[in-house]
Amino acid sequence: MAKKEQTAAVGTIDAKIPEGPLAEKWTNYKAHQKLVNPANKRRLDIIVVGTGLAGASAAASLAEMGFNVLNFCIQDSPRRAHSIAAQGGINAAKNYPNDGDSVYRLFYDTIKGGDYRAREANVYRLAEVSNNIIDQCVAQGVPFARDYGGLLDNRSFGGAQVSRTFYARGQTGQQLLLGAYSALSRQVGRGQVKLYTRYEMLDIVVIEGRARGIIARNLVTGRIERFFAHAVVVGSGGYGNTFFLSTNAMASNGSAAMQMYRKGAYFANPCYAQIHPTCIPVHGDYQSKLTLMSESLRNDGRIWVPKKKEDAEAIRAGKLKPTDIKEEDRDYYLERRYPAFGNLVPRDVASRAAKERCDAGYGVGSTGLAVYLDFADAINRLGEDVVRARYGNLFQMYEKIVDDNPYKTPMMIYPAIHYTMGGIWVDYELQTSVKGLFCIGEANFSDHGANRLGASALMQGLADGYFVLPYTIQNYLADQIQVPRMSVDLPEFIEAEKGVTDKIKRVMGIQGKRSVDSIHRELGLVMWDFVGMARNKAGLEEALEKIKAIRKEFWTNVYVPGTDMELNVELEKALRLSDFIEIAELMARDALLREESCGGHFREEHQTEDGEALRDDEHFAYVSCWKYTGEGNEPELLKEPLNYEFVQRQQRNYKA
Amino acid sequence: MWLIDSSVGRKFVMGITGGFLVLFLLFHSIMNVVVVFSPEAYNAVCEFLGANWYAIIGTLVLAAGVVIHFLYAALLTVQNLRARGRDRYAVTTRQEGVSWASKNMFVLGIIIIGFLVLHLIQFWSKMQLVELTGHGDHALAADGAYWIQHYFGQPVYCIVYIVLLCALWFHLTHGVWSCLHSLGLDNKTWLPRIKAIANVVATIVVLLFMAVPVYYLIVNVFGI
Amino acid sequence: MDKTINVTLKVWRQAGPKAKGHFETYKLDNISTDASFLEMMDILNEKLINERKEPVAFDHDCREGICGMCSLYINGHPHGPDSEITTCQLHMRKFKDGETITIEPWRSAGFPVIKDLMVDRSAYDKIMQAGGFISVTTGGVPDGNAIPIPKDKADEAMDAAACIGCGACAAACKNGSAMLFVSAKVSQLALLPQGRVEAKRRVKAMLSKMDELGFGNCTNTGACAAECPKAISITHIARLNREFIKAKLSD
Repeated sequence: MAKKEQTAAVGTIDAKIPEGPLAEKWTNYKAHQKLVNPANKRRLDIIVVGTGLAGASAAASLAEMGFNVLNFCIQDSPRRAHSIAAQGGINAAKNYPNDGDSVYRLFYDTIKGGDYRAREANVYRLAEVSNNIIDQCVAQGVPFARDYGGLLDNRSFGGAQVSRTFYARGQTGQQLLLGAYSALSRQVGRGQVKLYTRYEMLDIVVIEGRARGIIARNLVTGRIERFFAHAVVVGSGGYGNTFFLSTNAMASNGSAAMQMYRKGAYFANPCYAQIHPTCIPVHGDYQSKLTLMSESLRNDGRIWVPKKKEDAEAIRAGKLKPTDIKEEDRDYYLERRYPAFGNLVPRDVASRAAKERCDAGYGVGSTGLAVYLDFADAINRLGEDVVRARYGNLFQMYEKIVDDNPYKTPMMIYPAIHYTMGGIWVDYELQTSVKGLFCIGEANFSDHGANRLGASALMQGLADGYFVLPYTIQNYLADQIQVPRMSVDLPEFIEAEKGVTDKIKRVMGIQGKRSVDSIHRELGLVMWDFVGMARNKAGLEEALEKIKAIRKEFWTNVYVPGTDMELNVELEKALRLSDFIEIAELMARDALLREESCGGHFREEHQTEDGEALRDDEHFAYVSCWKYTGEGNEPELLKEPLNYEFVQRQQRNYKA
Repeated sequence: MWLIDSSVGRKFVMGITGGFLVLFLLFHSIMNVVVVFSPEAYNAVCEFLGANWYAIIGTLVLAAGVVIHFLYAALLTVQNLRARGRDRYAVTTRQEGVSWASKNMFVLGIIIIGFLVLHLIQFWSKMQLVELTGHGDHALAADGAYWIQHYFGQPVYCIVYIVLLCALWFHLTHGVWSCLHSLGLDNKTWLPRIKAIANVVATIVVLLFMAVPVYYLIVNVFGI
Repeated sequence: MDKTINVTLKVWRQAGPKAKGHFETYKLDNISTDASFLEMMDILNEKLINERKEPVAFDHDCREGICGMCSLYINGHPHGPDSEITTCQLHMRKFKDGETITIEPWRSAGFPVIKDLMVDRSAYDKIMQAGGFISVTTGGVPDGNAIPIPKDKADEAMDAAACIGCGACAAACKNGSAMLFVSAKVSQLALLPQGRVEAKRRVKAMLSKMDELGFGNCTNTGACAAECPKAISITHIARLNREFIKAKLSD
């Protein structure tokens, strides 16, 4: 084994990163890892929870290899997972446009974009397999955009100076997911994957320190069922819905992560949440979710607010229209502050800059919490038809929601919670701190550090599912070939099920006065105000107090109608909210501890004179891993040091 | 057998039989117009068709076409009703761009069958059937022009024919392009074209057919 | 600034797949015209919960028109009276003050009702499992640029691939036919060189699965395409017909 066998110091964690030069680690790992032979694969069962890019691609790939896969999703079909909503594209270091891209450059941009808080070896591997993903998807029939010569087209995205983003109109996530879904469907048809739709995992069963199955609720009948497997893989997405309003789907939740956490998996960097700069602004208190407008819009759109406060005020009062503001009275603040990257600065930078302008009183829209994304220049330069061809579906979406024509008047946008870089801690093999429990895609913490670059989520989800996990899981399963299929009547299964039914009974029994959503909305407001785009010590402490109160309110005053033995959407939401409350506390706790600003985590106490994030590499160059210590107890903090061997940490600079 | 087991196979049969019947209608309508210009010429055509072996085979093939087209339509309708499920929508609407005819093809077909029966009784049973069976008035069996004058001399039949021909027009506007579509003979460019062709074909056939009752109506009622 | 309207809702309630359903009438006042239709449904459910009544069950997830989960049949239209959108993208500004809005589930033998407005669309997954894929396994594929694909073919494949599998086509069809859905996948993969290899097998397998699952026969009304939130054209059905007939004739 070419692994660095270092003894973990007290309170620190070993990520099992292979030895050797950066570019050879993954190759070496694959060359020396253990494999499972075909006859033994048939005897091994793997549970995959989630059918997004990571889950579906993993389930399909594992089944292709011959493992028996049980695949679960909460929606009515695997194709509905929220990966489907990703719009802009997927990065790969193909260098087709001949603009100087390489695996190293993609690696470097991702590390830098993540504000030097990601693991070098993981990110390099990600960049390495990125090219295979494109090949795989093309072979599956993903209709990527092409040029007239019939070859693949690219566009550019934030945080990069090359065009490395492959796309399928504004629906790249959809097309990639449908590719993975088709591979999965093929395996379901072959009988190699057993699919459980409208099932929600409610606990993980651990036997003698190893994950051996799950407890899941059939959402249609309400029945609690037990499932055994030799290993459990969770690709359940992020926990952005802790904020209630986010760009996540309504059913996206963090409960799977919390189940892993409670069984001993560390929760890493919970405070790293990404706020996406280009979303449609909030418009009413009945609002259920926020809609993202693809980052690709920043390729041709220019972001601005009025230069004069009185103009901004007049716009807010409805007396002036954006088209009335003269060119010289507009402040293209991203181009002004970051001449080198302009409108294509990374997401965290763009979001904070928007907030800065709005807080200073230059915001537009009826609430003053919006900035303009203007296509007038692009339309003049390229013509409306070209703009329509590039972004037509996004413009249509905007018009349907806002009832305003973005070809004529600039779009209004504002940042919104979008993605969580934090998640369950995994080692280089994507295994959590619980043996046999793996975590992939957005649900893990691994590759994006403190901030994710655009078009990298799709890359990571598919990298994990197609090209990383199917290798690394064998290194674990090779030792499990002697383990027979276990009965689900073992005491550990019964106990786990009892825990689940007890919790359901407890929630159903409260019979208080408030709906789940009303409490969730309250939690979301606290999170947005105190644990959102800008955080400070006093606010975070206040948030912790408020979260405590919300937890009490939930457990004493929530009302769930109906019964548990039927389809009961309110019960599903209540169970998820109970976990969101715990995640909220972890996020606030982690944010309070991290006395620095990095990526999506911005502490107002730690900024440069001109308002840029100020990192503290000396004290905080580590992954904070939170370990569960029992209900009501404070979690324990463990640290995985981020030793940068290959890249020199720098102050991120997008100005020149 | 995919022509009966598969939904596309069934549509294929509908398309083939329908297309064949359209061709027949086209021929029939052109032949009819002859009577307006020259009853003698028209009778010559009737004579030519008469009860010869080729005409009999033609008639049988036609009859088979109608029967298969109808039986398949009935089968499709029953299957499609079943596929709607137990409960029906309380509110239904016709979508923009969806023709009324397309949603009422079976009803239109029934009307056309009724039309066909009427027509067979009035003409075919007095002409080819007489020649085949030997019963009836032989002198008039080949005198199509007489029968036309006989029936269309009565304005009520002219009106009935004109109204029923309208049903045929609706049926054809959907049927003609639907036939080509079911055979897979269109694409982005050709879809609007075959729809236009359908309208043109339906209109030509129906106008040619109508020309006869309209001509007789004008001649007999208005005496022009 | 917000304009509000009052509406009366006639909502289909059905306890379970076998239960007999009925319409319930609810009144909602002061609904902002900027609210989405599903936000209006949230308001209704919040009201019902506060009255300690059972909320209306309906499917929804991404709320941005791409996941295909939402499935309401509103005033005679799948996804409601607006073009090229899903229910979650429908906004209350499309309705008049005082209007009565009838909300029903998808009705088709292929989509049995689970509860209230929720239906079971797993039939679509089964059709996909029968052949809606290209048989490649992970790894061992040629470079993405190894086979050039003409732009117009790639674009047309993308037009078809935009299908979100929501089921509006079968719901709109008076014949309960799933042809538009099946044709979108068959057409996408038939247009691409990678998919041509097993085109014959695919079209036969997917179509026979569709027939087997109780969907009706297409009679080319075009209602599916008119209601499709992604404006998938019925020319894909023509391609499906062509592919199927060709496959059968070459057997």
